[in-house]
Amino acid sequence: MADSPNAPIRRVALIGNPNVGKTTLFNLLTGMRQKVGNYPGVTVERKVGRLEGDPPIEVIDLPGSYSLSPKSADERVAYDVLMGHLPGERIPDLVVCVVDASNLERNLYLVSQVMDTGLPTIVALNMTDAAEVAGLHIDTNKLQEELGLPVIPMVASRNEGIGKLKYRMRQAELPPAAERRWDIMPVVDEGLPFLVEHLEDSVQEHGRRIEALQCLTNDAMLDYWKDRAPSFHRAVLEERKRLEELKAPYQQSEIMGRYNWISPVVARVVSRSKAEGELTLSDKIDAVVTHRLAGPVLFGLLLLVIFQAVFTWATPVMDLIEGGVALLSDAVRSTAPGGMLTDLVVDGMIAGVGNVVIFLPQILLLFFFLGLMEDTGYMARSAFIMDRLMSKVGLSGGSVVPLLSSFACAIPGIMAARTLANPRDRLITIMVAPLMSCSARLPVYTLFIAAFLPTGTVLGIFTWQGVAMFSMYLLGTVMAFVAAFVLRRFVFNKGDSSFFAMELPPYRMPRMKQILWRMIDRSKAFVVRAGKIIFGMSIILWVLATFPQTEPSEALVQQRMAVETIMAERADGLVAGGMAAEEAALVVQEQYADEVQTVENRIAAWQVERSAIGRMGRFIEPVMQPLGFDWKMSAGIISAIAAREVIISALATIYSVGDVDEDSPLLREQLKADTYEDGSPVYTPLVAVSLLVFFVLALQCMSTLAIARRETNSWKWPAVMWLYMTGLAYLFSLIIYQGGMALGWG
Amino acid sequence: MTILDLKPGQKARITGWSTDAPPSRLLEMGMLPGSVVELVRFAPMGDPIDLKVRGFHLSIRKSEAGLVDVASL
Repeated sequence: MADSPNAPIRRVALIGNPNVGKTTLFNLLTGMRQKVGNYPGVTVERKVGRLEGDPPIEVIDLPGSYSLSPKSADERVAYDVLMGHLPGERIPDLVVCVVDASNLERNLYLVSQVMDTGLPTIVALNMTDAAEVAGLHIDTNKLQEELGLPVIPMVASRNEGIGKLKYRMRQAELPPAAERRWDIMPVVDEGLPFLVEHLEDSVQEHGRRIEALQCLTNDAMLDYWKDRAPSFHRAVLEERKRLEELKAPYQQSEIMGRYNWISPVVARVVSRSKAEGELTLSDKIDAVVTHRLAGPVLFGLLLLVIFQAVFTWATPVMDLIEGGVALLSDAVRSTAPGGMLTDLVVDGMIAGVGNVVIFLPQILLLFFFLGLMEDTGYMARSAFIMDRLMSKVGLSGGSVVPLLSSFACAIPGIMAARTLANPRDRLITIMVAPLMSCSARLPVYTLFIAAFLPTGTVLGIFTWQGVAMFSMYLLGTVMAFVAAFVLRRFVFNKGDSSFFAMELPPYRMPRMKQILWRMIDRSKAFVVRAGKIIFGMSIILWVLATFPQTEPSEALVQQRMAVETIMAERADGLVAGGMAAEEAALVVQEQYADEVQTVENRIAAWQVERSAIGRMGRFIEPVMQPLGFDWKMSAGIISAIAAREVIISALATIYSVGDVDEDSPLLREQLKADTYEDGSPVYTPLVAVSLLVFFVLALQCMSTLAIARRETNSWKWPAVMWLYMTGLAYLFSLIIYQGGMALGWG
Repeated sequence: MTILDLKPGQKARITGWSTDAPPSRLLEMGMLPGSVVELVRFAPMGDPIDLKVRGFHLSIRKSEAGLVDVASL
């Protein structure tokens, strides 16, 4: 087949345990020529790349798997691709099984399963350097003989052995099909031929035995055949009954049988130059990093550094992006013909995309630290240290990092939940992550705390405002844990109680190239996918704030005319004084810029109040009134559905002070001065607290919903997320405002 | 005696599981009757534990470790 000119391009699948350097190898083979997507119907990432050359080869990076008896969606995909169970996924022509040489025994478990599929297979014996350091010498020739497969020793992180692997992958003649070399207990063995028979029409010959064996022990795998091969389905159930009656431990027979073959093989091919008890460098590091006292302290310090970095290092770049977006807007405004289309481009599209890109520095930085933790092996240790705490709310240590990441931004937090093997833990983590106070809430907190909370100190050292800020973060965190507990207890309470089994891989020097690669990879996913939705929403919001268009009131028109008249008179005066008319116009424009701006802003505010969003604000005002919010705040909250911080520019527009940021004293003063018709202030400290709490708890972020949609592959969970968080926000604000009023704090 | 009766640094041989359905992931990771395990340490808050099995470190919770019967070497 490989010889014919019209033969389809050779397809090579990479498979291997987690932490064996499989992705590093994939990147080395395919360079930037990768396509990342999802497998249809599941949230498993599908990574395909191309190894250029003659002939080119399609390389598919299968999810990291400990076993082909799937325990997770990821492992299921790996098995299904090898077996050709996925529509549109051609069975690979060749499998490259990436193996950690320093951990041969456990890695051979997966190899033995791949051998059972009967596909031509090459073993890439990676990390031979780490094995040497650990004093393990592997006789490659002997291993080759024992497995009956080509074995290529390599150190992917140092580019060693790659050439040889590429050569083998390209060779016209494929290595011989792998074959099974282990034996299962006789009582199970004798039943298998009868099961295999039923698969004759549906599975390629070499894959039938392993398929039958998998289905014998795994319900999820058997379900696949329920409608596809009912006779096979029935036969498996009967066989299970037969084995149960014989009291044969068939569930474990496969694992026992494989290890009975593997252990002697390992004993024959591996020789040790160090005593087994000797501590490795990794063990010595662990003695400190997971130490009873030093461990948690180090973890805390690391978090502090990450927070500091994400909040402060990212700021200058974020300011730069903000400045760049403003420059771009100005440039478009000054060159475009003006009018509706320009407004749409500038206020809708550019501002909308700017709102996404602004978070990029924080996301990149966070992924840098996450990558560093993952690549060095510290991530597993953080889970080890925190597991006890997290298990109290039904989660595991693996949720710590995603939740902490969410303090910067829920989006990388939700994406980081991918590291969780247990789908339930992952879903719960995704569902509660947006309750952690992200950086987009910070401007809102800053504005309202500075404007309405007292400036005095507590206990001499803390300021009230500082305490208020801390309380916002605390409230969000506590609610996230409560929500996790409730979800675990009442929503995801079915199914087997999951257990925790996590490898603590040896520490490794981080490889910057890999970390940068992943940073870019994940950030790209964020920008492209979340960006699409933000982009659309921004346009919708712009339309809502612009239409229906109303003529400004008589009074406003007169105000504008008054300013124009004064300016004209002043210009005439200057011309009379001997100045050129053009110059005079410029001077006057500069002198009266503030007055013109004020009137223009008032007109904009008048129009916003009568726009769709202003009307919506008025419309939901009765619902928001019990929380202490007037129509302006309500309109602000509606506009903040897409992104929290939008409320500031929305309020600014409504209060007609033009473009302000959260530190501007102008908006703060305007808010303080605002009164209802009866003269009572719109904003009291109680209203401010109610609004703050609303922002702590409500899900006002399109990007979060978009990414939750992507990660859960359904609209159901984002919808539930939005409803429960918004419900919580309403409830808490209601209790606070009404309770406060009853206590006379209004 | 189960894994939980070991002291940090102590090794023992697995003799079996005191459950009919041991988690197969742990079996696949090599925690089979006959394997040698070392209890390396407890996590700072006492749970989970760090085990050494077949040359690598595996962290499991006490609730599972308590199901693994061992005999001292």
